[in-house]
Amino acid sequence: MAASSERSPPPFPDAEDQESEPALRDEDSDEGADIFLGTVSRKPFSPPAAPHSAVFGDPLSNISKQESTSNPAKQSSKLPSDVPCDIFDPLHGTGMEPKDDGKNPAELRSEERPKDEPLSVASSKPKKDLFEDSPEDLFSELPKTKAKTKPQMDLFGDSSPDLFMDAKAAADTGPGRNAPADLFSEESVATTTSKSAKSNISANGVHSDEEEQDIFAEATVELSLDSPHNNRKTLDTTKPSEPASSLSAAAGSSKAQAKTLEELEEEESEDKFELNISITNPEKVGDGMNAYMAYKVSTQTTLPMFRSKTFTVRRRFSDFLGLYEKLSEKHSQNGYIVPPPPEKSLLGMTKVKVGKDDPSSGEFVERRRASLERYLQRVVCHPSLLQDPDVREFLEREELPRAVNTQALSGAGFLKMINKATDAVSKMTIKMNESDVWFEEKLQEVESEDQQLRKLHAVVDSLVSHRKELSVNTAVFAKSVAMLGSSEDNTALSRALSQLAELEDKIEQLHQEQAGNDFFVFTELLADYIRLLGAVRGSFDQRMKSWQRWQDAQTTLQKKREAEAKLLWANKPDKLQQAKDEIAEWEGKVTQYEREFERVSATVRKEVIRFEKEKARDFKKQIIKYLESLLQSQQQLIKYWEAFLPEAKAIA
Amino acid sequence: MIIFVCVVFQLRSVSVDLNNDVSLLIDIPDALCERDKVKFTVHTKTTLSVFQKPEFSVPRQHEDFIWLHDTLVETEEYAGLIIPPAPPKPDFESPREKMHKLGEGEATMTKEEYTKMKQELEAEYLAVFKKTVQVHEVFLQRLSSHPVLSKDRNFQIFLEYDQDLSVRRKNAKEMFGGFFKNMVKSADEVLISGVKEVDDFFEQEKTFLLDYSTKIKDSTTKAERMTRAHKNVADDYIHVAAILNSISAEENTALKNFTFLQKVEGRVASDQELKLTELLRYYTRDIQAAKDLLYRRARALADYENSNKALDKARLKSKDVAQAEDNQRQCMQKFEKLSESGKKELTSFKGRRVVAFRKNLVEMAELEIKHAKNSVSLLQGCIETLKNC
Repeated sequence: MAASSERSPPPFPDAEDQESEPALRDEDSDEGADIFLGTVSRKPFSPPAAPHSAVFGDPLSNISKQESTSNPAKQSSKLPSDVPCDIFDPLHGTGMEPKDDGKNPAELRSEERPKDEPLSVASSKPKKDLFEDSPEDLFSELPKTKAKTKPQMDLFGDSSPDLFMDAKAAADTGPGRNAPADLFSEESVATTTSKSAKSNISANGVHSDEEEQDIFAEATVELSLDSPHNNRKTLDTTKPSEPASSLSAAAGSSKAQAKTLEELEEEESEDKFELNISITNPEKVGDGMNAYMAYKVSTQTTLPMFRSKTFTVRRRFSDFLGLYEKLSEKHSQNGYIVPPPPEKSLLGMTKVKVGKDDPSSGEFVERRRASLERYLQRVVCHPSLLQDPDVREFLEREELPRAVNTQALSGAGFLKMINKATDAVSKMTIKMNESDVWFEEKLQEVESEDQQLRKLHAVVDSLVSHRKELSVNTAVFAKSVAMLGSSEDNTALSRALSQLAELEDKIEQLHQEQAGNDFFVFTELLADYIRLLGAVRGSFDQRMKSWQRWQDAQTTLQKKREAEAKLLWANKPDKLQQAKDEIAEWEGKVTQYEREFERVSATVRKEVIRFEKEKARDFKKQIIKYLESLLQSQQQLIKYWEAFLPEAKAIA
Repeated sequence: MIIFVCVVFQLRSVSVDLNNDVSLLIDIPDALCERDKVKFTVHTKTTLSVFQKPEFSVPRQHEDFIWLHDTLVETEEYAGLIIPPAPPKPDFESPREKMHKLGEGEATMTKEEYTKMKQELEAEYLAVFKKTVQVHEVFLQRLSSHPVLSKDRNFQIFLEYDQDLSVRRKNAKEMFGGFFKNMVKSADEVLISGVKEVDDFFEQEKTFLLDYSTKIKDSTTKAERMTRAHKNVADDYIHVAAILNSISAEENTALKNFTFLQKVEGRVASDQELKLTELLRYYTRDIQAAKDLLYRRARALADYENSNKALDKARLKSKDVAQAEDNQRQCMQKFEKLSESGKKELTSFKGRRVVAFRKNLVEMAELEIKHAKNSVSLLQGCIETLKNC
């Protein structure tokens, strides 16, 4: 009954996800707190950062798990002193370490405490109750806790029996450190706290941001981008600190979640280089307006799913579009990001058709060839798309049935536009009550990234055109200098000037090449990713659509139930059976749609993570390539000028 | 609105190589720019007894320089000399305008981008300013190193008089008069071009200079265009770097280098501007000055021939023969004097030009190499960091 009547936001796709959201947050708060303290304690003895933080991570989450179990018992003692201790905690991190030396015993105790009462250990929130506890308590517990500290120390690093390491451990377990401080210097601290607390909290946030990158250096983009955001939120929430215990409960599982995501990615990235695809030999087939370009698609593979190791086929542009159509029809509704092919360019193709050996048309063909190659590579890089029979067919089969509807693709882009318009309208009307923060934030991210990329694309475009302009101007100048050299009556100077003219000519070539590189390496990459981001958004839309379907089914079910109730009330048994059947049917549909939505959500999530990883790799690769091209042209420039220098010196 | 007030210290002369005469050393150690006016401090160090003190500084404005130039040109005695070209009027309009535009477009840019652009413009402004100071300094140095012109009374007054010279600015009528004079001069040039040249040296020199001047003018405009295009490219780097920076935090370190790249590129552009374009520009003016000399000589030649004719006529009519003879002798003397000194001047001009070209070309090549090497190391570092991340 509950399922039918609730029109609440969709629950999380599955149990795992459900956990992951709060989990993410909480983990961050942990990180924030201990990192912060960690950075402080690092200063005096400065061990390398990465191991440090790594060490922190795991024990912590273990502890937090422990803690969560014993939490309820301690909760009562926690309540009263919330606010003050919260203030102390950050303060502590910045100001405390000098005190460490003197307070050996207290220090030890303070460490032990947390272990003893796991409650206070992992997250910053529980600190309060430590505080609350009376000093006697601390001391009395000493004997018990000693046993536990030992393993803890081991966790943190073998060779650290010294005070500072302890201090670190204490710092790490944050709340523990609070206790001694208060015990011994309560007065002094207490007076200053209230003011500085605020600023410390913000400082805390900053620290953790930095640290995050260390910790997640290998981890997904998603995590590192999300967390600073969440962090701040959780920092805010620490003040009320009531929900702390429940949040921290999930901390352990969040780690696990992150791990699994990473593992997933790694699995995917493994089998990538068993398939090499290259597109070569663009060739004009036919004459006049019916002419088209055919490309040679060569595949090299070790995958058993193909019949042979190397094979080539000839494909024309519309075949590529056809492949995309087929793939997107099948997969995009499931939330897959299907790489979009390059757009059809009527103007460029007409030029190719009409013009014979126009350099611009040659450039166009090369550009298209390269982008088709990238497109195909992206398709086969996708583990699920690679399995698609259409892809295999496209790569292997000699003759492909002519892709008909692609003709419409360019011609009836109009139709597409209408579709898009309706989509946009529905997007506006569907007010999806997004309860999964991950998706919400991702979508925002994707959108802002899209904007940024577009901006960058425009700027790089203008860079290209300016460089072209520069190359033209250099050529003109070279000519002019050559003329000047010819009319110069001092022979040496005249010679030098004509040398300069030659030099400028070469530089012009260089600029031209660089402009080409700007374009092919940089601009095209950006254009690709602008298209890809469109596809990513498409997958988000698919998720929303499936959510919408599910919601609609729920509404219908609700209506059916109401109808049934009415029938029951009106006492019409004959129709009742039919209504019951309908209800059963719709219940089935609701569960089916729900499952579908969950599946789509999971796929989208996976896909986006995959996409981001791919993107980072792609950008890195391309930017390195671009920089290398710049480097090369600069080196060439050095050579040119160095050759010129003696000429200039020879002027007498 | 940003108002520039800048002080420039220690400028080295670049465009012309001057003989190392220590008896009269002039430089402009600093200058102050406020709105439209630029105040130069002209500093003189001398061992000459003409001056009252061995070392002194006076404040001068651009108009004072123009006045000095004009009086020199108008002095009859110096007709046979190449008068160093007057420095061009300080032009801060374009950077100011750009700054204004930048202010308008502030909203469309990120903060970082804006500051970068602003810095760039400020640097450009400073470069223009430096250049302005430099051309003024060079003008004075050319005068001081000239054996005849350095003894000019007006020049000495210009250097020594420690009050404001309060040169009267040209009024509209005079401006128009100047314009008219130019018209007459060019018409006259055409007229006397028919006069047969008696000296091969001058004939050659004339054709050479005419040819050279058109070509160097052409090269100057082309070079200007080239450097401007280069600057555009450099500016684009700013935008690219700014956006890349904002796009992703992880690539930050590598992309910071991109900004340096822009700086290097910008410096290449401005050095090219300074070394090459400025050289060409200066010689465009200098050649104009040489052409003026040729014109004056040709004028004198025409006068001489006219006086010859007049003398013939007078002899024919036996009327005023003495006066005509006198006149003819004067013209001949003047012409000969002009020819002689003109020859000297033109030869030294040639030598000077070659030396200056050499110096600048060498410097430019060295700078280009330096910048390219800089960017190579930057790029290498960039690639390294990217590969490691």
